[in-house]
Amino acid sequence: MSIFEYNGSALVAMVGKECFAIASDRRLGVQLQTIATDFQRIFKIHDRLFIGLSGLATDAQTLYQRLVFRHKLYQLREERDMKPETFASLVSALLYEKRFGPYFCQPVIAGLSDENKPFICTMDSIGAKELAKDFVVAGTASESLYGACEAMFKENMEPEELFETVSQALLSSVDRDCLSGWGGHVYVVTPTEVRERILKGRMD
Amino acid sequence: MSKSEVDVPPKGGFSFDLCKNDMLSKNGVKPSYRKTGTTIVGMIFQVGVILGADTTEGPIVCDKNCEKIHYMAPNIYCCGAGTAADTEAVTDMVSSQLQLHRYHAGQESRVVTALTLLKKHLFNYQRHVSAALVLGGVDVTGPHLHTIYPHGSTDTLPFATMGSGSLATMAVFESEYKEGMTVEDGIKLVCDAMQSGIFNDLGSGSNVDACVITKRHKEYLRNHLLPNPYSYINPKGYGFPKKIEVLLTKITPLREEVQVIEGGEAMEK
Repeated sequence: MSIFEYNGSALVAMVGKECFAIASDRRLGVQLQTIATDFQRIFKIHDRLFIGLSGLATDAQTLYQRLVFRHKLYQLREERDMKPETFASLVSALLYEKRFGPYFCQPVIAGLSDENKPFICTMDSIGAKELAKDFVVAGTASESLYGACEAMFKENMEPEELFETVSQALLSSVDRDCLSGWGGHVYVVTPTEVRERILKGRMD
Repeated sequence: MSKSEVDVPPKGGFSFDLCKNDMLSKNGVKPSYRKTGTTIVGMIFQVGVILGADTTEGPIVCDKNCEKIHYMAPNIYCCGAGTAADTEAVTDMVSSQLQLHRYHAGQESRVVTALTLLKKHLFNYQRHVSAALVLGGVDVTGPHLHTIYPHGSTDTLPFATMGSGSLATMAVFESEYKEGMTVEDGIKLVCDAMQSGIFNDLGSGSNVDACVITKRHKEYLRNHLLPNPYSYINPKGYGFPKKIEVLLTKITPLREEVQVIEGGEAMEK
């Protein structure tokens, strides 16, 4: 078993027309035993920037705390929020610093720029950035998520259609993965609002 | 967490304080990193250097169109194979050192400078930074092509290949390469070699990137060839017969941006 599969996770982010969606499953397990069914893997950095951390839950929370800390220092110094691209570089640098003793996390970053241009990105646990135009996935269900997203994704989706697509891709993928599931948590971010939804899923 | 970790920003360099996690890897839970099953090539022609790379990343294809030809200096580029994070980090690091060096020296960077900086770093880390590179560029002393191995050893060659597809591509170069080729013939040879790598090596795939560097001119041919187009998608897209069941919805309006007009009329009291 890989340490990345200890708790189980599924993460996906997708781009729409002047909006993006980021979604995760809700399970926290210890190998095959389920510990919690309302676990948070997606965190808000600021109003228009979210990060999802797949992999080992303890490292995900530690890494999140360090990222919030660094983002707050940035806000104090620069008197503005970080751009998604800048934040991705920060995460990448923090992860690569620990090249030889990494955080066992694979982050997914999604944000909206000042010009309302969506940005999504994922990394491996040592900060190799992968910028994508359409969708990014991470976690134990990533292989099935790749397939689902590849088939379901359309360009320039409106927020509601994007929500439906992301949710369908997530739920159908986690049903093929024992280690993730128990419903979903979806954020759809548009220039004017953040829509946060909790999905009903299979509970087995 | 040690105290020094909280003091930011860090001065740079690696941090080894989570390496106690080695305990985990000894118990058989070793983490895997994104490695590039890769074909990268380079060759010297009449008046310059051509670099080529495929664009697939990972054993399950994480990125179908990644960039493997990295910028080092305006006249120097570098192809990377091995652990994705390492190739990215090491080329970024050296390209910034070269930029600073140019500010200091006030002249174009030389390929050997880049080569020395890269091999020094890799030798220091004794193969643990696993980057295999093909470095090419043109400077005042003419066109140069080098390969750099993860241990820090280097070669200087008229044509070079690296990555998992290196055998397939080397076969093409060995049979077709001639000294003093023209640009057109050079690009064609690089493309032939790259396609041999893409189709014969399972780890390599997708498109061909190329980069032609000559004296005072360079051309980055991103996705020069697209031999594997994505043609099997439904043009109407995928529809859903039944809607997802939502348990809870929370809508948070974002605050609107406030425009501050300087020297505007004062608000009424």
